[in-house]
Amino acid sequence: MTRLQEIPWIEKIAADTNVIQPIPGDRLPLRLNLYRLRRLRPLLENRWPQLLVRVLTLSGFVFSIAAGLAGSRVGSHNFAIIIIWIAWWTALKLAFIPLGGRSWCSICPIPLPGDWLQQGGILPTRRQRFGLNLHWPRKLRGAWLQAGGFLLIGLFSAVTLTAPQVTSGVLIGLFALAIGLSLVFEHRAFCTYLCPVGGFSGMYAKLSPVEVRVIDKEICAQHEVKSCYQACPWGLYPVAFRGSAACGLCMECLRICPKDNLALNIRTFGADLGERKSASRLDETGLALVMLGSVLAFSAVFLGPWGWLKSAAFGIGSHSWLAYSLGYLLINLVLLPGLFVLVVWWREKFIHDWKKLRQAIATQAQALFPLGLLVWIAFTIAFAFSKLNLVIGVLNDPLGWGWHWLGVISTPSTIPVSSLILLVEVGLLAAGLFWSASVTRKLSVEHGKRNTVRSLPVLVFSLVFTVMMMWLLVG
Amino acid sequence: MSNSPLQYKPRLWLNWAIFISLGLLILFIPVPAVATAPTTRSFQIDAKRFEYNPAILKVNQGDVVSIDLVATDVVHGLSIDGYNLEVTADPGKTAHLTFVADQGGTFRFHCTVTCGNMHPFMSGKLEVGQNVLMWRGIALAGLALAAGIRKVVR
Repeated sequence: MTRLQEIPWIEKIAADTNVIQPIPGDRLPLRLNLYRLRRLRPLLENRWPQLLVRVLTLSGFVFSIAAGLAGSRVGSHNFAIIIIWIAWWTALKLAFIPLGGRSWCSICPIPLPGDWLQQGGILPTRRQRFGLNLHWPRKLRGAWLQAGGFLLIGLFSAVTLTAPQVTSGVLIGLFALAIGLSLVFEHRAFCTYLCPVGGFSGMYAKLSPVEVRVIDKEICAQHEVKSCYQACPWGLYPVAFRGSAACGLCMECLRICPKDNLALNIRTFGADLGERKSASRLDETGLALVMLGSVLAFSAVFLGPWGWLKSAAFGIGSHSWLAYSLGYLLINLVLLPGLFVLVVWWREKFIHDWKKLRQAIATQAQALFPLGLLVWIAFTIAFAFSKLNLVIGVLNDPLGWGWHWLGVISTPSTIPVSSLILLVEVGLLAAGLFWSASVTRKLSVEHGKRNTVRSLPVLVFSLVFTVMMMWLLVG
Repeated sequence: MSNSPLQYKPRLWLNWAIFISLGLLILFIPVPAVATAPTTRSFQIDAKRFEYNPAILKVNQGDVVSIDLVATDVVHGLSIDGYNLEVTADPGKTAHLTFVADQGGTFRFHCTVTCGNMHPFMSGKLEVGQNVLMWRGIALAGLALAAGIRKVVR
């Protein structure tokens, strides 16, 4: 609920400024505004540093596509596979999301050409937008399509992650879709409603220690132009932010605000969570469960000792792949959602009011966000750590044609996994459970009273999931 | 009275100290290995694309482990994490590996020769004695749950 056209009271602002008066207790404790730091501000204020980084990522993206198409068909010797699925994925899961929320979105190359088309230039200086500029259909809003996109990637993951040409095909498809949608719909429709990475980055951004927020809402109320909204490539209105899920941290609102009334805050981890009145949504619950189901399935396929499962996931179109797909979809669409609905229903004493149950499911799902993020970090360490040396290999020989750009003659195919890494994985899983239980505990306060015992079913769900992941990673 | 989270709260810090100490205890307290007489354990592992058969080997700590690696389609290798051992078998041939399982725990073994798209994920497990780390992990999960429920955070 942060897009201007989605806020029912927004038209009243000019007439009734009381609507967005700061309410008592609406303070933001423990915030450090990075935009006020003298040395950092010029870097954020100037559009060129960010543009330079985005052009670099775009170059890497285009080179990855070319390498995937023209380079070695052996995935571990191809730049596209190793840089996208090992290096970038590791950076995304271990740094960009936990430390910066949607920070990757601020330098993502995929929407860049679409942005240039929409704004009619390389820098957002013109008001005339190119394209049809249509509203995204109301029925397709939310994270449902992003969850579906992630499921689709999951079904073909064994091939996508190992076949360079398929990876290139996926990248080209995403690129074309982003450009095409930017010509038809307003703002960043692809990033907001379709990009699976944007979906889970936004969801987990609620845990990150970074946020863009309005400093004084009263000043915004009196400012009639709403230049921040006009400038935002995502079509967001910062006054209405109730979380960090939608903001792509592009910094345009900070740059454009004539009142200097926006802040890029460092805050405590998980500041958006634990409030019963927070903007919990059922579509985000669905995405959170898909992320949990997918990490279970990926751990079994990629890290487990079951060769038949790897062959099934890889053999697209075969009977075994159909069985794998069915299992994967059952876990993600029936088993985990069914169990979660059941535990929340139990928590709510088997109420029959579907509307209340929906709200309870969406609220309790906040506990799944920290669980999911930490589990994905643990999985990524298990998945990528032993293969990080391949990054040097593909920088040395990006296309697998026998080059030695870095002068490296040979690199070991895998790094042995030490017991320390396994301990780190166990620690991360335990930390995820701890954080999840803390959120559940916060949510157990109703009418001023805490009732943690009532939340026991949700806690058991989180515990069982954590133990299953532990078994898959270190069992 | 201020509600600042930075305010010194002795009980909160005590809770943190207790839970962190318990967590470290769970992770690092020495567990005596179950003493069994060492024996020689022999395995024949058939390796084909993306799959070892059997993929899970169970031995006791101190056992002499003898592995015959048979590559049934293309060249395959086998390297065991934590043991610094590696062997390669040509198609239709058998390669032999013998070692003493002197380290307890669960260790992954991997294919070392590129054998197809899923080669980087071709793996198996060597279980030497009890998987103590798994039990430590479950205990730590229980502690984490208790800590999350209890008022460790503000």
